[in-house]
Amino acid sequence: MTSRLIVTHPGPFTTVQDLGRRGFRRYGVPVSGALHPDLARIANALADNGEDAPLLEFCRSGPTLRAAGKAVRVACTGDVEIVLTRNGRRALLCPWRTVTLEEGDLLRLGMVFTGRAGYLAVSGGLALEKIMGSGSTCLLGRDKSLGGLLLRKGQVLSVGRPNPPAGPERYLPRPPGRDGYGGPDPGCGPDDPVAIRVIPGPQVDRFTDETLAGFYTGVFTVTRDAGRTGSRLAGPRLLHRKDLPPEIVSDAMVPGAIQVPGNGAPIVMLADGPTVGGYPKIAAVASVDLPRFASLEEGRRVRFHAVTAEKGADLLLERRRHLATQIASIAPLTLVGDRVDLTPLFGTAQSRRTTNDTREQPTP
Amino acid sequence: MNSSPIDTLYPRFLPLGDSALTVEIGDRIDGKLVAAVADLDARIAAKIDAGRMKGIVEAVPTYRSLTLIFDPEVVSRCALQRQVAALLSAPPRRVSRKGDCWRLPVCYDPGYGSDLERIAGERGLSPDGIVALHAGRTYTVYMIGFLPGFPYMGDVAEELRLPRLTEPRVRVPAGSVAIAGQQTAVYPAESPGGWNIIGRCPLPLFEPRRPQPALLSPGDRVTFEPVTVKRYEALAAAGRNNGLDLRQFVTRGVTR
Repeated sequence: MTSRLIVTHPGPFTTVQDLGRRGFRRYGVPVSGALHPDLARIANALADNGEDAPLLEFCRSGPTLRAAGKAVRVACTGDVEIVLTRNGRRALLCPWRTVTLEEGDLLRLGMVFTGRAGYLAVSGGLALEKIMGSGSTCLLGRDKSLGGLLLRKGQVLSVGRPNPPAGPERYLPRPPGRDGYGGPDPGCGPDDPVAIRVIPGPQVDRFTDETLAGFYTGVFTVTRDAGRTGSRLAGPRLLHRKDLPPEIVSDAMVPGAIQVPGNGAPIVMLADGPTVGGYPKIAAVASVDLPRFASLEEGRRVRFHAVTAEKGADLLLERRRHLATQIASIAPLTLVGDRVDLTPLFGTAQSRRTTNDTREQPTP
Repeated sequence: MNSSPIDTLYPRFLPLGDSALTVEIGDRIDGKLVAAVADLDARIAAKIDAGRMKGIVEAVPTYRSLTLIFDPEVVSRCALQRQVAALLSAPPRRVSRKGDCWRLPVCYDPGYGSDLERIAGERGLSPDGIVALHAGRTYTVYMIGFLPGFPYMGDVAEELRLPRLTEPRVRVPAGSVAIAGQQTAVYPAESPGGWNIIGRCPLPLFEPRRPQPALLSPGDRVTFEPVTVKRYEALAAAGRNNGLDLRQFVTRGVTR
């Protein structure tokens, strides 16, 4: 018998992602993959999957799924409202833990309270043909995607290797701080600019000194939800040097590269961004800060700080070590005294905060 | 041209974040630069295959540069730069692959080439004159990028060198044949785009399940063969049903 998840509500933008598609940029194929790879890794670790297993990424709010067939264990990461309905009874669950769904259970992933995206991993992974080595979704045009899957109502997701969930549920004792996935920096409010570290770019010589100074002192605002391709910023106009055209002979871009077209408004490339571009690149977001940057919603403000490429590499390696420690801390939910410790199981401070809101929620 | 002062600036190593390094060979659209990039790309691939360069996730060749995406946990940017500098100082080996010659059918009907009549008016030529200029020469594929399988080709006849649209289209249909400046291209999939559209090609330029997913490769030569609407429709239908033998459009391994 197989385990299946039936999509009763797809959510506004839910795709299958993994850690991305590598080795095909020379054919024009972007890396794609999770906008926040660390949240994806934690979800897969909780679900006892390999770190690159395909999982669901949902933006703004999540899908509603009905379990069918054999029991299936799932794990959700991000600051997400999670409602489980079983036999007509509803329970509000915490993210950063697993839950084993039985036939007929309805799992509703509601609002993403912090940042743009949340993740749902399924133990055993999602059964999906890998295209060019990856299960990630890269949307092409209106209705085509290269690999992966864009969730639609009524779809049936099959579990890759259905295993009977063994042992107690698992949880992450100390979830990452909200500043790591789209919340304000520690000690700051939601209107304060988020500090994003960048490495000065390959075409800094195309900009005036005033522009470069303004890039690092000015405050930029994320102007609209750009999906997964790139994020447009409003702020001080970044002027190119007048003696050179505001275009270059196209060369390679990577996620995080900050292009400045002739209108002076920068665009930060994200996971599905094009592989080459013809506008000068003033900087590139440090790898350690790209998931945080990609998590910022429309209207959030940022300030850029220059670091060297070497410093960026050091910060990235430090982040990887920290993530490995976090993943190693995943623990089974255990009895405290004579009873189950309920705090990591059910909705607490972070997600309860808004459950009394009257805001519209997508309903299954 | 190696003696011109600008070239003494190259090659340059440019940082592209903390996990990518761009080796810039020049700053022009020029077949010689494309060949030099291909040469460096091949040398690095050989070193990786021999286990003598580590930490490179992928290499991205463009018109004029090779970008190396690397894992800083395995190789530092400085070490990588030293290895590449050593490769660059060795004499060129002419290892570049033999290119293929493609004959791509294009329907230049104004129903497909939505900018054809406007361009003809602007240039004081007939639409047929535009077609003759575009289809009347052989192009070189300089690079693949932007979209999966999107070929940047050149060089377009002087009379056909036009600026991009001031207002890019939100949707350019898949297969659209387009020109901008000295470049021409075929859109492999529907996408936004600012190039001038003059026709449509029925061949699938990108198919992820093919061993080499992009139909064209840098160094290939391309000619465009005008076809009628009827012929276009027949080829497009065959392509949709996977009934199109692409070998009829190519002669393998004839160019350097």
